[in-house]
Amino acid sequence: MNVLTYWFHKLGSPPVFDRLARVLAPWCYGLALVLGAIALYGGLALAPADYQQGDAYRIIFIHVPAAWMSLFAYIFMAVNAFIALVWRIKLSEVLAMASAPTGAAFTFITLVTGSLWGKPMWGTWWTWDARLTSELVLLFLYLGVIGLYHAIEDRRQAARAAGFLALVGVVNLPIVHFSVNWWNTLHQGSTVRLLGPSKIDAAMLWPLLLMALATHLWFFGTLLARTRNGLLEIDGGKDWARSIVLASQPGAAGAATERSHV
Amino acid sequence: MSDFLAMGGYGTYVWSSYAVFFIVLAIDALAPRAQRRRVLAELRGRLLRRRSRTLPTP
Repeated sequence: MNVLTYWFHKLGSPPVFDRLARVLAPWCYGLALVLGAIALYGGLALAPADYQQGDAYRIIFIHVPAAWMSLFAYIFMAVNAFIALVWRIKLSEVLAMASAPTGAAFTFITLVTGSLWGKPMWGTWWTWDARLTSELVLLFLYLGVIGLYHAIEDRRQAARAAGFLALVGVVNLPIVHFSVNWWNTLHQGSTVRLLGPSKIDAAMLWPLLLMALATHLWFFGTLLARTRNGLLEIDGGKDWARSIVLASQPGAAGAATERSHV
Repeated sequence: MSDFLAMGGYGTYVWSSYAVFFIVLAIDALAPRAQRRRVLAELRGRLLRRRSRTLPTP
């Protein structure tokens, strides 16, 4: 077995991943906060006002990163759901389900901030524009995945069923992404492009990209925290999980004392 | 400073957007902590029950 496959297998083992996640999660949160603060200063204080939208455009520094995260989290969830369904890797099942709540949170932020931006600029909170509608469908897909996962008793069966739903929902991703090109209605086209020059000034671009980096780090911070919980739940009877449970303070969880007398 | 807060007249929209962003993400970070407490409590209870079943009671 070569080194790469060895590490891949090692990382897939719940106790090893748990130890790694415990170390990495605080770094993700910390870096996200620091970079996010710098990005906010750049976006709210340093960047000039837009010549057309005035200061209202400053919502872009959270709206666009949140929208990117809503898609990124879905791709992450779908890839892990696929791995879980094909190769039955326990870690992937947990990772897929752990990314759904944060994805839903970012989708919700996208919709609300978009609405708050739309009111002064378009004159309406909501319109059945293709981009807005497909993003709303994305939120429903996330909620569907979370709901299905919690509706089934067996954790592993639940993860597989919800993972299947997540995979079906992938058809919505290109619709969200290309909706501004396919239907030319109210929502503007892409401002930042991977290929070709972006249609935005550098003073506005760097806070936007930095905020995108910060939200990615935040996503991984909460993902690691949720994955640790999920692994603990699934592996509850295993030795590594048992030692963590026994080492934890009973006072930290009120329900334990009352149950121990049963 | 008040110029900064006014955001050229769009203060309400800009600041409520940022408020939503921070509140939702704060909940997103606190939820796993609550979940961890719940999972640990459940597993601890299960562990203690099993132990009391195997150990002979005096």
